[in-house]
Amino acid sequence: MSFSFADVDSVRKGLSDVQYLADEGIAGVVYLAERLQKPVLVEGPAGTGKTQLAKSVAEATGARLIRLQCYEGLDESKALYEWNYKKQLLRIQAERQGEDPEGDGMWQQIEDDLFSEEFLLTRPLLEAIRAAEPVVLLIDEVDRVEIETEALLLEILSDYQVSIPELGTVAASQIPLVFLTSNNTRELSEALKRRCLFLHIDYPDLDREKEIVLAKVPGVGESLADQVARIVRSVRQIELKKAPSVSETLDWARTLVLLGVEHIDADTAAETVNILLKYRSDIEKALKEFASSDEDFAAPVAAS
Amino acid sequence: MKVEPATSPLLALLAGFISELRAAGLPVSLTENLDAMEAIQHIPIEDRDAFKYALAATLVKNHAHWRAFETVFEVYFSLRGAEYDLIDGEWPEGMDLSDFVDGLDGQQHRQGGGGGEAMSAEQLAEMLFQALMRGDDALMRAIARQAVQRYAGMEPGRPVGGTYYLYRTLRNLDLDGVLERLMDQARQDAPGDLTPLEERLERDEFEARVDQLRKEVEAEIRRRLVADRGVEAMAKTLRKPLPEDVDFMHASREEMMALRRAIYPLTRKLAVRLARKRRHGRKGPLDFRNTMRHSLSYGGVPAEPKFRYPRPAKPEIMVVADVSGSVAAFARFTLHLVYAISNQFSKVRSFVFIDGLDEVTSFFEGVDDIGEAVHRVNAEADVVWVDGHSDYGHAFEVFWERYGKDVGPKTTVMILGDARNNYHASQAWILKEIEHRARKVFWLNPEPGAYWDTGDSIVSEYGVHCDGVFEVRNLRQLEGFVENLV
Repeated sequence: MSFSFADVDSVRKGLSDVQYLADEGIAGVVYLAERLQKPVLVEGPAGTGKTQLAKSVAEATGARLIRLQCYEGLDESKALYEWNYKKQLLRIQAERQGEDPEGDGMWQQIEDDLFSEEFLLTRPLLEAIRAAEPVVLLIDEVDRVEIETEALLLEILSDYQVSIPELGTVAASQIPLVFLTSNNTRELSEALKRRCLFLHIDYPDLDREKEIVLAKVPGVGESLADQVARIVRSVRQIELKKAPSVSETLDWARTLVLLGVEHIDADTAAETVNILLKYRSDIEKALKEFASSDEDFAAPVAAS
Repeated sequence: MKVEPATSPLLALLAGFISELRAAGLPVSLTENLDAMEAIQHIPIEDRDAFKYALAATLVKNHAHWRAFETVFEVYFSLRGAEYDLIDGEWPEGMDLSDFVDGLDGQQHRQGGGGGEAMSAEQLAEMLFQALMRGDDALMRAIARQAVQRYAGMEPGRPVGGTYYLYRTLRNLDLDGVLERLMDQARQDAPGDLTPLEERLERDEFEARVDQLRKEVEAEIRRRLVADRGVEAMAKTLRKPLPEDVDFMHASREEMMALRRAIYPLTRKLAVRLARKRRHGRKGPLDFRNTMRHSLSYGGVPAEPKFRYPRPAKPEIMVVADVSGSVAAFARFTLHLVYAISNQFSKVRSFVFIDGLDEVTSFFEGVDDIGEAVHRVNAEADVVWVDGHSDYGHAFEVFWERYGKDVGPKTTVMILGDARNNYHASQAWILKEIEHRARKVFWLNPEPGAYWDTGDSIVSEYGVHCDGVFEVRNLRQLEGFVENLV
């Protein structure tokens, strides 16, 4: 078995070649995932690059990305496989017109035909298993499916195989690299967590965010990127309904570049803050916070 | 291509490490244990960070447990890094400190690169200031070490906790003063006046650095303690409850912050779960009328049975919360949680009291930010009647007088408090009246069950008139209760 990455550093390098700046933890876990052949459960606030990680890994390794978007009500026939009923019906009709089936043997043959691979519609999970070439499987927002549906994933995550009653077990010819992302709207089951490596991607620290801005926004200057990263860090320290995500940071930086801003002053910040923050109450709070320099961070004093 | 198998002392250490994690409350299963063992064979053992992340990825499956993991990790694997050799008072090699110390105060410094010991307290303070000003990590670490050496007064075998040493060290460093100095310096350096925005940014930057220094000091103290007392003993003293198990009444300032951060995701999760539950409720009983009407289109054959969907009535909630002293935090969290899921109730009204009582519902109306509203409750509600000591009896009297008529058969009344009545009259008859009128009356008590009815606590006197008295000491219990309430 050959591995795409020789060590942790080569993961980081490979990812940075496709414009994904991984920190120590991210690179380490991706490396381990490949070595241990285990899925990675990626958790963290929205917009910190969880989905992008899977995409970038696929790009860096040159593997095909297969994506399963989870939603409430996702079931077997959408995630694993489905029999192509229409085609099966056509097959039966075609058989009837051709020749009158008399014996049982004839029927047996039709039945065998009907449940052959020809009539199988593969859905993302089965497709990832059956693919001959290297594959990165992304199971996005896994916390959206019901807890019962989660069980569907267990077989594929631990043994990389799918059991189809009519066909038998389909085992993977190559082990796909699996990423599951979760926004943590509910607690995932222990069984699922146990099978995965866990990676929490938080908002990047100041330096990394600056690098991300520099890498992703064309035409941004060093000092502007630095200012953007600093302001965003300060904004995240305020208690907000929704802290600005990395993608919003990037949007903001792009806007500033388009507007030809080189130095962010209070007015520019106030005018463009709606790109960074999406709730009216958050915007008001941030503006209030930055307009007054006297800081009152004392915890609310309780009455005695 | 396997790296050679880990040596057995490491395995032994890892086994101890994992059992300590379990003792700290992290659910580490056997599979995960094996995964960890396998994982560390794939990474170079001398890379401490990679080692840490390998363990974290296999053992910690909940981000809230990260802190606990980190602490245990620091204790177990702190001494193994080469850069952390415990040689007292020695500066890291290749760091020429005297350079700019001399440059600063123009004083001839007699040591070359190697003697932190010989510096005066003022010089150390000056260096600290410079290190923070420049954001020089290596220098900060060296200073942290020197400061601990100098100020903490650590003696082998002395049975005091790390907090004591931390306090002593930080008191001498006077970080608040340093922060102000840094700000002054930044103001001077700026070409013009700092705008509020710039000022804020500078401050955030310096605060981050000061915070890092504090962490370095903490780490240094921990390292020394581990060296002195051994790994197991140290891990035990550092063991802290996980965020969801932190006691509301005894949370430290830092834990309080962690709790406040934890409550946002918690409320969101709870809201999603409850909404889902409502949508995916089981089918109800057969709806006979509807079935008959639909049977007409099949010539009177009830071919398509219709079911009644359960529409559980949304309860009306009245929260009556004691906001005095120690239970205030608990009341805050509960109000926060109740309002976060207020769309699960037909109506929420809230009242706070100490010895007087005030309705605070309006603070929450049309407000996006519940945290802000809770803050206003603390600042503006008129809850003091005589002396500002809890008087449940009088508070209930006021409640009954003013709002008693609003309590109806749909109302669920939640009373939050420790029922420490300061030996005032209990007026328990009011609760009895409320119970008669209301759908349910619950009492949530943030005190541990063992303390109930001790001293001036009269929980059971009130409790007999409630449908349930619950001990709610931490977020986990609170979440459980609120979920059942809906």
